[in-house]
Amino acid sequence: MGAGMSIRQAMLAILERGPMYGYQLRAEFEQRTGETWPLNIGQVYTTLTRLERDGLVEVVGHGGADEGDRAADQAGSDRQHVSYRATEAGRSEVSAWFATPVPRTQPARDELAIKLAIAVTLPGVDVGTIIQRQRSATMASLQDYTRLKRTGRAATPEEPADLAWSLVLDSLVFDAEAEVRWLDHCEARLRRAALEPGRGAVRHESPAVTTAEEPVR
Amino acid sequence: MSAVLHLAAVSRVHGEGATEVHALRDVTFRAHPGELVAVMGPSGSGKSTLLTLAGGLDAPTTGSVWIEGTDLASLDQAGRARMRRTSVGYVFQDFNLIPALTAAENVALPRELDGEKGKVARRLALTALEEVGIAHLADRFPDEMSGGQQQRVAIARAIVGDRRLILADEPTGALDTDTGEEILQLLRARCDAGAAGVMVTHEARHAAWADRVVFLRDGVVVDETGADEPEALLAGEAGR
Ligand SMILES: Nc1ncnc2c1ncn2[C@@H]1O[C@H](COP(=O)(O)OP(=O)(O)OP(=O)(O)O)[C@@H](O)[C@H]1O
Ligand SMILES: [Mg+2]
Repeated sequence: MGAGMSIRQAMLAILERGPMYGYQLRAEFEQRTGETWPLNIGQVYTTLTRLERDGLVEVVGHGGADEGDRAADQAGSDRQHVSYRATEAGRSEVSAWFATPVPRTQPARDELAIKLAIAVTLPGVDVGTIIQRQRSATMASLQDYTRLKRTGRAATPEEPADLAWSLVLDSLVFDAEAEVRWLDHCEARLRRAALEPGRGAVRHESPAVTTAEEPVR
Repeated sequence: MSAVLHLAAVSRVHGEGATEVHALRDVTFRAHPGELVAVMGPSGSGKSTLLTLAGGLDAPTTGSVWIEGTDLASLDQAGRARMRRTSVGYVFQDFNLIPALTAAENVALPRELDGEKGKVARRLALTALEEVGIAHLADRFPDEMSGGQQQRVAIARAIVGDRRLILADEPTGALDTDTGEEILQLLRARCDAGAAGVMVTHEARHAAWADRVVFLRDGVVVDETGADEPEALLAGEAGR
């Protein structure tokens, strides 16, 4: 998955605003994304160290600020007194990131699609139950996102970060909704296949490859 | 808090013999005050059947339907009609407004049928229309309103006079996404204010507004999200 890459780019983009300590950077990231992808501070510093190695960020100052002291108390390491800023190369990397669409050629590894594909081809697996359990679980997540959307800061965005988070929530809603629809679709197709043996039917005696008449996603 | 609506082991069979259709099989279902429940399932799975039984528009073949502690089977025709007008609000997919009546008259009608004075009924209707945000359209006729506005009138009619159970069959079916969300906001607000709501929907994103989602397949409840929570809380048990 590209998550590691996008977090690196996102951190770099936030650093364009001005120098920051690791803890500040993490807080800024989470404020915009609503703690949807929580970062641990170790991950933040590892990423910063790599960005520095690649010449995309540089160290600006040591110690002094409140944030740095708190960071040092919590983690007790020298590098946490350090604040970072984007270099010229870092800035052009950010521009390139915004200018380039996220590639879709390599489908994200989707555990659910893989699980169903395998389940459909193996004897003795109750695919219907897998689908129903997943639908309930996905529906429950969708209920959570919807609750977050209609209450709290995403419901009445007052600043750009609130709006950003609300958009992240929308993305989660669309994803979960698409997943439920896909599950409904799989269920309907499996039922139809069971009613018309021979047409790409799921025969558990012979776990042959099912012939898909249309791409599943 | 006891359930506003309780379907106890309800079955509904249409026809006989070879043409027999089991629309619902042994379904037990509750909706509590403050709770919005969504019902999802493929076409023909029994969603509308469940709702019409809950609203007393149809009677179960076996099992019983209770609204606020009253078994609908214990009421005569007139008693059931009265229950429908006073306790139950029903929102239909196609709005079901009377074309010759204005918005306010449509909303006031159930109250007037229930013997309320015309003036009082109109005042209640205007309050309900205000609650759904279209008080300014009170004197328009249905064909002078958009689909979303008509659906608001239908919802106002379903909530007028503080009804405790709101039943809605695909209330967002004919509406675009944004208008659909506004309708859900209204239903949600009504439930947050203490009513029990049951809503049939095909849209996962609309069902997500509910506290609980019930899945029907071939007349059977096969699963639900957030199951058992109200009872568990009530009995002071730890959740499973
Ligand atoms: N009056 C009737 N006579 C015979 N069969 C009926 C009658 N009403 C409903 N049915 C059958 O009962 C089953 C459940 O119907 P119901 O209307 O409850 O489905 P539904 O889940 O609301 O479907 P949809 O999503 O299409 O509205 C269907 O098989 C339907 O054909
Ligand atoms: Mg129906």
